[in-house]
Amino acid sequence: MLTKRIIPCLDIRDGRTVKGVNFENIRDAGDPVELGAFYAQQGADELVFLDITATVEKRKTLSELVNKIAHHINIPFTVGGGIGSVEDVSVLLQNGADKISVNTAAFKNPKLLPDLAKEFGSQCVVLAIDTKQEADGEWYVYLNGGRLKTETRCIDWAKRAVEAGAGEILLTSMNHDGTKQGFALDITATLASLLPVPVIASGGGGTMSHFVDVFTTGKADAALAASIFHFKEIGIPELKTYLHEKGIAVRL
Amino acid sequence: MKLVIIKYNAGNIQSVLYALERIGMEAIVTDDHATIRAADKVIFPGVGEASTAMNYLKERGLDTVIKNLEQPVLGICLGMQLMCAYSEENDTQCLGIFEEKIKWFQSTQPAIKVPQIGWNNIYDLKTPLFTGIPENSYCYFVHGYYAALGGHTIATTNYIQPYSAALHKNNFYGTQFHPEKSAETGEKILKNFIKM
Repeated sequence: MLTKRIIPCLDIRDGRTVKGVNFENIRDAGDPVELGAFYAQQGADELVFLDITATVEKRKTLSELVNKIAHHINIPFTVGGGIGSVEDVSVLLQNGADKISVNTAAFKNPKLLPDLAKEFGSQCVVLAIDTKQEADGEWYVYLNGGRLKTETRCIDWAKRAVEAGAGEILLTSMNHDGTKQGFALDITATLASLLPVPVIASGGGGTMSHFVDVFTTGKADAALAASIFHFKEIGIPELKTYLHEKGIAVRL
Repeated sequence: MKLVIIKYNAGNIQSVLYALERIGMEAIVTDDHATIRAADKVIFPGVGEASTAMNYLKERGLDTVIKNLEQPVLGICLGMQLMCAYSEENDTQCLGIFEEKIKWFQSTQPAIKVPQIGWNNIYDLKTPLFTGIPENSYCYFVHGYYAALGGHTIATTNYIQPYSAALHKNNFYGTQFHPEKSAETGEKILKNFIKM
């Protein structure tokens, strides 16, 4: 049976993991390769590396980092952050990334998703959507790392993006991100039911039962989280055992 | 041990090379006929589209080279599909090593997404390719087309229906899943292949 996926996310700046991490058994907590390998060994199903490096020059270190990750990690991984062209993607895939994720650039350039799908196949094109529920009850798309609001509804953009070639949707609820109060179950379930491609839920996971909720009520195919794993609040083995006990198919 | 990975216009060749490096094996990535024929073991990887890949192989004469190999050959994902007789993906005649035909998953309910992306269990494991691999081990799959169960099936997976997770005939092996991305299970399968 196809299992639900647990995906730790590592934010990278200038080649190092940012956000505090406190694993005693990691020699260098700032090394994304070592942290990623630790998560893989702990039973993570995939990894996402999100590059938040500010400058273009420093972004060149990303392809070198991806190459190093690909040499050391034996599970699939996605690389995202500032990707805007077929050339950007080509370099990352050649260095061993399995998938890439695009966000703002795909929204601003309608040709990007079709071009990427045609060149590399939809299976490696993840569309990240940052969304926020406004006072009118609708979920809107935000760009530029959540700083720029658009008038486009999340559901409309997701549908259009899948038709254009996105093979997976990584959905982050800005209302829930960082709250540890649970995932956005309604919009996740809406997209997961509507779209023919997998939906990765992100933002708000704080307890193990939140993951049960997002896989059952939220109908998510995968769940992504960062700080709860980095700060060791939830261990991946205990989370997967818990999900298994609750009747959710996971890889143990 | 001369290990060769066939170079052609499909993705994930680097991933296979790196996975072999992780288990201490060096491999040559090449489309040179003589080098491929002289190898001890040949890996035929692939992520991509069937007709484009078949055309590329034919233009370079690699289709004939692969079909006539006598050493152990491992096809992965698209590589395995191309080793079959035919693929529904753009109506493609493939290499015909396995008689199986490749079909598109027909989803029976909206909750079942096509392509299948993620970890699924493999069972009814046969041949030394799976020596030491427990029944129902998990492997990583990314595919919208599949090979039905048949006489050459050496591993089964269930998605919409049971289908071939791996095939075997004579010196030819194929896996629908990606051993190079399937954690320790995948590494063990690659090691088993190399030991053949």
